[in-house]
Amino acid sequence: MHIELDINGEKRALNVEPRTSLLDTLRDHCGLTGAHTGCEHGVCGACTVLFDGNAVRSCLIFAPQAEGSKITTIEGITPGPGEMSVIQDAFCETHGMQCGYCTPAMIIVAHALLRDNPNPTREEIVDAISGNICRCTGYAQIVEAISLAAERLRGQNSPAEANK
Amino acid sequence: MSGTSKFKFVSSDRRVREDRRFVAGKGKFAADVDLPNMKHVALVACPSPAARIVSIDKSKALALPGVHYVLDGKELAEATTPLMSGLETPHVPRHPLAVDIARYAGEWVCAVVADTRALAEDAAELVEIEYERLPFVIDAEEAIADGATLVHEKHGTNIILDRLFTWGDVDKDFDAAPHKLKLRVKWGRSSTVPIETFGVQASWDPWREILDVWASIQMPKYPEQIASVLKIPASNVRVHYDIDVGGSYGVKRGIKHTVLVSYLTRRLGFPVRLMEDRLENMSGGDAHGPERLFDVEVAYDSDGILHSMKMRALDNVGAYAGRSPFQLGKPIGAIVGPYKIRSVRYHALAVITNKTTQEAVRAFGQGPTNFALERTVDEIANKLGMDPWELRRRNMVRHDEFPYIIPSGAAYDSGNWEAVMDKVEAHVGYDALKAERDRLREQGLLAGIGIAACLEPSGGNSSFEPLLNPKNTTTSWMDSCRISIDLSGAITATMHTTSAGQGHETMLSTVVGEALGINPDLIRVVRSDSLNAMPSNSPVGSRMAVMLGGAAFHAANKLKDKLRKIGAHDLGIPLERAVYDQGSIHDSNDPTKRLPFAELVNIAHRNFHRMPPDMDEPGLSVAHVMQVPTGGKLPTADGRVQMYPCTSFEFHLVLVAIDPVLGKPEIKRYVVGHDCGVVINPKVVRGMTMGGIAHGIGAALYEEFAYNEDGQMIAQSFMDYLLPSSHEVPQVEIIHHETPSPHTVFGQKGSGESGYLGSPAVVANAVNDALRPLGISVNTLPLKVSKLGDAIAEAQEKKSKGY
Amino acid sequence: MKAAPFEYSRPANIDEACALLAADENARVIAGGQTLVPMMAMRLARPTRLVDINRIAALDYIREEGDTIAIGATTRQLDLEHSKIIAQKIPLMAKAIPWIGHTATRARGTIGGSLSNADPAAEQALMAVTLDAVVTYREGKDVTEITARDFFVAAMVTSLPTGACLTGVKFPVWTGAKIGIGFHEISARSSDFAFVSSAVQVQLDADNKCKRIAIGVGAATDFPIRLDTAEAQLAGTALDAGKVKDAVTAALADIEALDDLHATAAYRKRVAVSLACRAVADAQALARGEKAEGKTNAH
Repeated sequence: MHIELDINGEKRALNVEPRTSLLDTLRDHCGLTGAHTGCEHGVCGACTVLFDGNAVRSCLIFAPQAEGSKITTIEGITPGPGEMSVIQDAFCETHGMQCGYCTPAMIIVAHALLRDNPNPTREEIVDAISGNICRCTGYAQIVEAISLAAERLRGQNSPAEANK
Repeated sequence: MSGTSKFKFVSSDRRVREDRRFVAGKGKFAADVDLPNMKHVALVACPSPAARIVSIDKSKALALPGVHYVLDGKELAEATTPLMSGLETPHVPRHPLAVDIARYAGEWVCAVVADTRALAEDAAELVEIEYERLPFVIDAEEAIADGATLVHEKHGTNIILDRLFTWGDVDKDFDAAPHKLKLRVKWGRSSTVPIETFGVQASWDPWREILDVWASIQMPKYPEQIASVLKIPASNVRVHYDIDVGGSYGVKRGIKHTVLVSYLTRRLGFPVRLMEDRLENMSGGDAHGPERLFDVEVAYDSDGILHSMKMRALDNVGAYAGRSPFQLGKPIGAIVGPYKIRSVRYHALAVITNKTTQEAVRAFGQGPTNFALERTVDEIANKLGMDPWELRRRNMVRHDEFPYIIPSGAAYDSGNWEAVMDKVEAHVGYDALKAERDRLREQGLLAGIGIAACLEPSGGNSSFEPLLNPKNTTTSWMDSCRISIDLSGAITATMHTTSAGQGHETMLSTVVGEALGINPDLIRVVRSDSLNAMPSNSPVGSRMAVMLGGAAFHAANKLKDKLRKIGAHDLGIPLERAVYDQGSIHDSNDPTKRLPFAELVNIAHRNFHRMPPDMDEPGLSVAHVMQVPTGGKLPTADGRVQMYPCTSFEFHLVLVAIDPVLGKPEIKRYVVGHDCGVVINPKVVRGMTMGGIAHGIGAALYEEFAYNEDGQMIAQSFMDYLLPSSHEVPQVEIIHHETPSPHTVFGQKGSGESGYLGSPAVVANAVNDALRPLGISVNTLPLKVSKLGDAIAEAQEKKSKGY
Repeated sequence: MKAAPFEYSRPANIDEACALLAADENARVIAGGQTLVPMMAMRLARPTRLVDINRIAALDYIREEGDTIAIGATTRQLDLEHSKIIAQKIPLMAKAIPWIGHTATRARGTIGGSLSNADPAAEQALMAVTLDAVVTYREGKDVTEITARDFFVAAMVTSLPTGACLTGVKFPVWTGAKIGIGFHEISARSSDFAFVSSAVQVQLDADNKCKRIAIGVGAATDFPIRLDTAEAQLAGTALDAGKVKDAVTAALADIEALDDLHATAAYRKRVAVSLACRAVADAQALARGEKAEGKTNAH
């Protein structure tokens, strides 16, 4: 069926089967491969994107359901080619990843958390990422990355990123 | 790391260069490779644990528009050879698709090729297969009992490996010892379960006769195996090693998947992709880890000195055997753990059952063995009424006793294990920790302290192959690096395998930078494809820092030597006076007499007339293939062999609290002392240790591929196979220690399996310490909440009735 | 794991939704999809048509209606979590909501979807049974109201007729002073489906005697239950811990507890007693103005 999606601020006309998940739509029809396929049943969180500002599992939404909503992927969060956001840079600073497969989703979740809560406690960070499974890191350096990003964002003159 | 490092870049807390692409979602994973006209595979799996395939009707599936092919096992088997087995087991043939008989629920029977994956799944439902159900066996002990149902009838038994090793005079030591303790422990069937499933796409170009393969792979000799099974020259197979692997930790072996799509692309003439979905991955992906029953008996004296050990390890490897039985072999290289046990009898028994096939998993069998040993040592301390720290200290190899040769012939290279224990003790304050445990107990909780002292053999080697299979004479185990300086002076180093998050590009550039005295950020690292690759054995066995790092160091030194020769000749000074310094060459007698880097590069690339007369290779391109240190020898007749070259050490400590009604263990504190020699990148090593601990906590408490009596796997999805989330992993305090290895270029050891090697043992020991007042012990992993709760309730009831 | 093919409809209002459902007995409503989509991906559910009610504005509300708080079927769990009305009027729900899945699933998951799905371990089903909620559904033009206790009939089965669309649920609000709540659950990991959960709401009189009490137990049986006999025995008492335990134990003595891969029936039965007692104690302490013990699962 023909649908129109608003992805990273860009309107895209697409022709998909209704059964196509938003995840597969992003990856196979839009060339946006930053959201990753992990379990396709809503447990691992690797496919997380922003849906009207909320972090959600894109494997649990069928493409036509996304019409009328604003979708933001990791590609939409990255400021520019070769340019990292404060959160992305903080993940690099603490090495908050290893294989990188769960990483874009972790950054999406961090983005949503810090937008709503600029000064999260450790427990709040742990809870925020608890729906995203990482098999590599044991989470410690991810928690540190988000904590560091929060600190840096609070210290910025312009909180532009957190409000994006 | 200390600020007094003798290194310029090694051990400094530098960023990991791979991270930049990952944070932007620009990793290049297998599923991100999109080939024109590519078709997709879905699989038809056998629903029963054992069944004869009576007939296959593909017509309805093929009638669906957009469906291109339905492949069955017979056709594939006729065109290929069976997949490689590590052992001599001609009557246990393994094929990507079942031939005549399917031997576990979930085994792949047909592969459907269609325009989209969804369509392939639609068609897979339409393949009509008639099965005749056969008797099956699920349990390892039942499978070795007399009259057991045979999984492979022609093989004549379910036993696929049965080796008894006796090192030293076990009987005499047992007779002489005043005390013996027997313990049975079980390591449940779990695995590493990466978040990316295995995926591969292959494309055959008949005009160039090249099979291009992009795969989420971590496998030594992968291209050669594919070629051999397909019966084509390995020079026709081009594996692209620049694919980022979304986690592996051992299991991404994918030979059967690759053979399948490779055959299909050759047969059908278009590129074919198989990305396992999670259900395929869990049931038919052949990526389960060891499931091992240990019977351990130790002879010891009243002072707690351990004299001798008998260990039988019975491993349920599932329906077919690839490399998995070898996972009983690697632990031979550290069979006594960090302890001075003078004789050992080890019975390694691998048995086939109607379960999913086992694959190599992080630590290659050492994790279960460490768990068995550390549980046993703890029980001995308890029996003697001795503090478990003290018992370990009394038996541990001391820092001045290295190299220390254990009964099975392996030499431990170096360590200061008592110092690591002391550091951890000083950090926590053991008395304060005991007071904390007692305070928790006063609150009505069950509380316990556990410790575990574990080894991580590292640096890799394959000497378990000839040890367990005398027809296998493999003694070479190498890795390689080529370094080039181009005309512009830019430096490029190569590696020849994929990575799955271990930061190899960072490690390699750091080593080359260190050796050349040049900022690692200026050094490009590229991955060749398999057709222009030098020998590598992929990231297995915690080997890359030692082996790729070593190869890179040696290659860099060759490059330095070449620059020195060019410089000495051009400056007109003897070679021994030519000093290399960050790219330039100067005269040690007169540092102003100097040839800058740019000039050296110019000579090498453009001015052959200025090169030394005995130097016939222009340009600046060197390579080194490094053989594993201490390797290269076949086992002795009595089964002694050097296994891995290096021995990393980890000492774990856990305080656990359990609500006695709920039975849910809560880790209150986790401390680990860790020594993997000289650390090349602290961020990487810390991350792998933390991640390994989390993974081990999963094996200890949550993760199990559980089967029911009908032979069905009942933990097929992430709803039932429980991976630890951020809530389940405690904050871990890491205490570093550094004992350089004498066998490696910087003193580095491996750390890729760290954490995982001790966390199941320490969690089990802590839980058992908590349960001790109830007079019970639990020795079957995972220690699930409900099982613990029921065991506690039963013990309390017995106690209240005064039994 | 791709869903079998289906037709997709996005009705603009409830009438259209009901008409679509009436026209195809294999059509199914999709709201948050957090349970339905995984079932479809595994092809355990294969509706021929999905009727997407997410964009029907009239189904998304949280408002006071008389003595109740009325919640529309497509109200997201995350909206309930952040709702001031819920926090003030149905504090038991406010306490339990964070135990549902994760933030990312609560951002999509709806109260109507959870109730219709009727998972034995669902927190919202437990809330509805414990607080005597009334479920409303539409079948064509017909509107039916049914108490939550009658709504759940078996594990994953409700009395919702084929072709009906759940439209909302009303929670009676307890009024007056000295009301306290307690909620406990135990699961393998913090965010998993509970093995057992218990929700309690209590009101004390001026002498701190129990004026009114509701004790619900979830996940232990096919669907959430109320401990009616225990409630009757405890009304008017001081909620002495020993008496509470005896009453709860007796009320749970004959339940047929679920037995599965993750928890045995014996475990569920034993722990249900314990969690119900803990929830009562917490509710009592809060009603007295004391601090309750808090979470079962330590984070």
